[in-house]
Amino acid sequence: MNLDRIKEKLEILADAAKYDVSCSSSGGNRKNKGGLGNSHTAGICHSFTEDGRCISLLKILLTNHCIYDCLYCVSRKSNDIKRAAFTVEEVVDLTMNFYRRNYIEGLFLSSGIFKNADFTMERLVRIAQKLREEHNFNGYIHLKTIPGASDELIREAGLYADRLSINLEIPTESGLKLLAPEKSHQDMIKPMGFIKNALTVYQEERKIFRKVPKFAPAGQSTQMIVGATNETDLKIIHVAKHFYQNYNMKRVYYSGYVPVLEDKNLPSIHAQVPMQRENRLYQADWLMRFYGFDANEILDKNHPFLDLEVDPKLAWALRNREKFPVNINTAPKEMLLRIPGVGVTSVNKILMARKFQKLNLEHLKKMGVAINRAKYFIEFESQNIFSRLIDEQNFRQIIVNGMKSKWQNPFSEQLSLF
Amino acid sequence: MTTLIYDSTFEGLMTAVFEVFEYKYDTVEIVAQQNYSQENFFAETHEVITDFTKSDRVLKKLEENLGKQGISQLMMVYLSERKDLERLILSVIRHSIKHPKQNILQDFGNEDILEISKICRSVSRERHRMLAFVRFELLQDEVYFAKIEPDFNVLPLIRKHFKERYADQKWMIFDLKRHYGIFYDLKEVHFFTTDSSQMQNFRNSEQFHHDEEKKYQKLWQRYFVKTGIPERKNMKLHIQWVPKRYWKYLTEKF
Repeated sequence: MNLDRIKEKLEILADAAKYDVSCSSSGGNRKNKGGLGNSHTAGICHSFTEDGRCISLLKILLTNHCIYDCLYCVSRKSNDIKRAAFTVEEVVDLTMNFYRRNYIEGLFLSSGIFKNADFTMERLVRIAQKLREEHNFNGYIHLKTIPGASDELIREAGLYADRLSINLEIPTESGLKLLAPEKSHQDMIKPMGFIKNALTVYQEERKIFRKVPKFAPAGQSTQMIVGATNETDLKIIHVAKHFYQNYNMKRVYYSGYVPVLEDKNLPSIHAQVPMQRENRLYQADWLMRFYGFDANEILDKNHPFLDLEVDPKLAWALRNREKFPVNINTAPKEMLLRIPGVGVTSVNKILMARKFQKLNLEHLKKMGVAINRAKYFIEFESQNIFSRLIDEQNFRQIIVNGMKSKWQNPFSEQLSLF
Repeated sequence: MTTLIYDSTFEGLMTAVFEVFEYKYDTVEIVAQQNYSQENFFAETHEVITDFTKSDRVLKKLEENLGKQGISQLMMVYLSERKDLERLILSVIRHSIKHPKQNILQDFGNEDILEISKICRSVSRERHRMLAFVRFELLQDEVYFAKIEPDFNVLPLIRKHFKERYADQKWMIFDLKRHYGIFYDLKEVHFFTTDSSQMQNFRNSEQFHHDEEKKYQKLWQRYFVKTGIPERKNMKLHIQWVPKRYWKYLTEKF
């Protein structure tokens, strides 16, 4: 193998794949029977990029040649960049050798589309097949499904891969039409529906015959670019809710748009990456998946955007002050989960610890609760001087002043007077 | 005040705990042999001779009260190498013997128990990091070799993971700080220690690299650089995830 050529290909095809934010290797549970590798439900991040994202999988494109011309994509046909394509053997060799050195949990393989969907998909499937069948590889494999590929190829992909995904690209159909006129959401939703059905069918059959192979045991996920078009956060979380409910999605990822190209339909090339907005969207997503919030509670028509100053749970609490304070020693789990500053782990600790004794503020502090937010929203047997402030006019300001945001600019020009 | 001196093994510690109850000692201190210095002339000392029957009886009782999970938590406290690990473990066991019906490890209002849950969190965090940050280098004799220097003594906790995952290759992980390692020979994982000349070789393992090794290291380093998004660079976050003390042995941090 020619090292320089492989290095060049790897550079080009890793660079082109890096905008796909998903890198998780969770949800797999493949056992190793004498070969190489296994996968854990929790997944392992083996390193982190300098921008702070996790590196768990070897995330590459098979090729960055593409017949499409989507405005938001670096690999678009009309963009004048270096092109490259891996052979099936090269991808297999890199995966095996990186895995043996404990650099990665497995492979995340996506691709630009050369020739047509089936031609490309068939190669992705062949790589997964070779890893599983010839190399006895049981690590994690995430395959990007190519919209338009035949059902048969998608089924085959699901039998080798742990996770399949199709990106929604842009949250709204109109936005997608503007930036990628050759694509439509229907093209993406059809295979998502196919995968959802296959997941159900295989799961049912496995209940009867244990020998039935697993189909994409880690489920399917999708991704949307945020901030390339002008959709609201309300729209985005409703789209996410729709896919969680109707397509059995394991995860919806939000990718703050990184300006890569100049075009009149795109934000300026000098625009800032909307990282804070992206962060708030993930927080809202968490509220829906783990905290029992409905999309309509997080945002409504009068509040179509997430508050950048406070997290969405605190924002909800500020709008629903009459539901507080919550008694730490008696409240049901659902209500404990709604207290700002109290996470899922803390809620579980509180539920266990309060069987032994009555808890107070000091206990919560030691358990790791973010007291600077929580203290206003809770009560216990002894009096809590903070919860009285909840009815104050300037309550929001009081609480914001007590927090230190990671988004605060330390070099703000506005000086405080005192 | 009685000072019990044990041989610093986990079984020795469990034997010591047994003897605290056996001899009905009230105010005691359990000290590992290597940490014992004769400061307190008036303290009575009691030398513990490790006895597996006694330590098994303690563990059996603990499993009844606290489950396997509970034992693994106490094991983590032991592996944390904390100065007061003996005091914490004894305190929990006493608490548990008093309330055998409850899983007292969930009593987070109790300071020692909260402390133990914190220690377990730190130790599991480092255990998890070692699953992630171990970097194998292929040596000429076809063994995949890795060196680590964790804050806590986590080798016993990661053995099973690596055995299951890398079943078809020989590998070795060596703790340079504690001077011992684990070696998998395609069948079993063995613990081993080594002399100082071999230690030098372990430190300078590059000289034994397989011909292919440099190539994959270079490819991984390039991949690491290229998968980052410069427009989003955030070193504070990066260092939070990959603390600098681990950089020394990470291939991508060349």
